[in-house]
Amino acid sequence: MSKKLIIKEDWCKGCAICVAFCPKKVLDIKKEKATIVNEEACIYCSLCEIRCPDYAIYIEGGK
Amino acid sequence: MASPIIKKYIREGTLPHIWCGGCGHGIIMRNLAVAIENLGIDRDKVCLVSGIGCSSRIAGYMDFNTLHTTHGRAVAFATGVKVANPDMTVIVAAGDGDISAIGGNHLIHAARRNIDLTVIVMNNDIYGMTGGQFSPTTPMGDLATTAPYGNVDRPFDIAKLSVGAGATYAAKGSAYHVKDTTKFIQEGIAHKGFAIIDCVSSCPTYYGRKNKKGGAVEMMELQKKNFVPERLLERLEPEWIEEYDKTIRAMKGGK
Ligand SMILES: Cc1ncc(C[n+]2csc(CCOP(=O)(O)OP(=O)(O)O)c2C)c(N)n1
Repeated sequence: MSKKLIIKEDWCKGCAICVAFCPKKVLDIKKEKATIVNEEACIYCSLCEIRCPDYAIYIEGGK
Repeated sequence: MASPIIKKYIREGTLPHIWCGGCGHGIIMRNLAVAIENLGIDRDKVCLVSGIGCSSRIAGYMDFNTLHTTHGRAVAFATGVKVANPDMTVIVAAGDGDISAIGGNHLIHAARRNIDLTVIVMNNDIYGMTGGQFSPTTPMGDLATTAPYGNVDRPFDIAKLSVGAGATYAAKGSAYHVKDTTKFIQEGIAHKGFAIIDCVSSCPTYYGRKNKKGGAVEMMELQKKNFVPERLLERLEPEWIEEYDKTIRAMKGGK
């Protein structure tokens, strides 16, 4: 199964920590929620996932 | 739908949690889940005890045996749980106010006894839940609702205080330094004796705004820039439950 970046919008509080610490500028805030703007650049490093205080973004699949 | 670690350790239907956007408490809660997962401890053999505060809401979210007790008294309740269930992994999660102001005496005496508990401090330098009063860890000069012209008190260093009182494991982590902090929590739980991991959290809502430290992102960047995770001490000494047990056995004629 290939990896996928998932955002759970109803848990996102728009703090933008994921946006700031993404090394590849994959994310942005739109309408006060984290949004994927450049998924092709994602290297699935999980930095967004481990820093999200609300568990609203994570990598699914892969090993 | 949630990541496997969240699905496994957070009670279904309790998210989103009450912590504000950018609050470091959520990151520290996840670190604890990862630490337990890495240690491979059965969830039913873990008891998480908290007092009162934003941080203490953790007991409602995590799917262990949990006790949400009274302000400052989590360590006392945890001591009771551990005495009655010596095989249980007993963890206390507390705010800086909870553990070092109203609960300061419980902290130092549990450390002195070297009872096998692990205390995780979610230290945001302020009383979050009640609206931003200064706590014993608020730096000198900083603003709080109870220090509108600057705090004149000198802050506690909770990890060093605990070492001075007799803790046998002490470390300092932060919400930003996820890997180190998770490792410290893991070591603290595995440690036989009183362990404390003082974790810098962040409160953008009260502390950040009052002190013009910026929002969630800026406060994380400050941790990245100014904070170095550190293990202060790891040492084995007689542990209280075991010593107590020896006395009981001796009184029963050495059996
Ligand atoms: C006996 C008692 N005194 C005072 C309070 C009010 N009170 C509730 S939470 C709190 C402090 C919270 O600060 P902290 O422990 O640092 O946790 P945080 O909310 O910042 O996570 C206080 C003083 C209380 N609930 N009970």
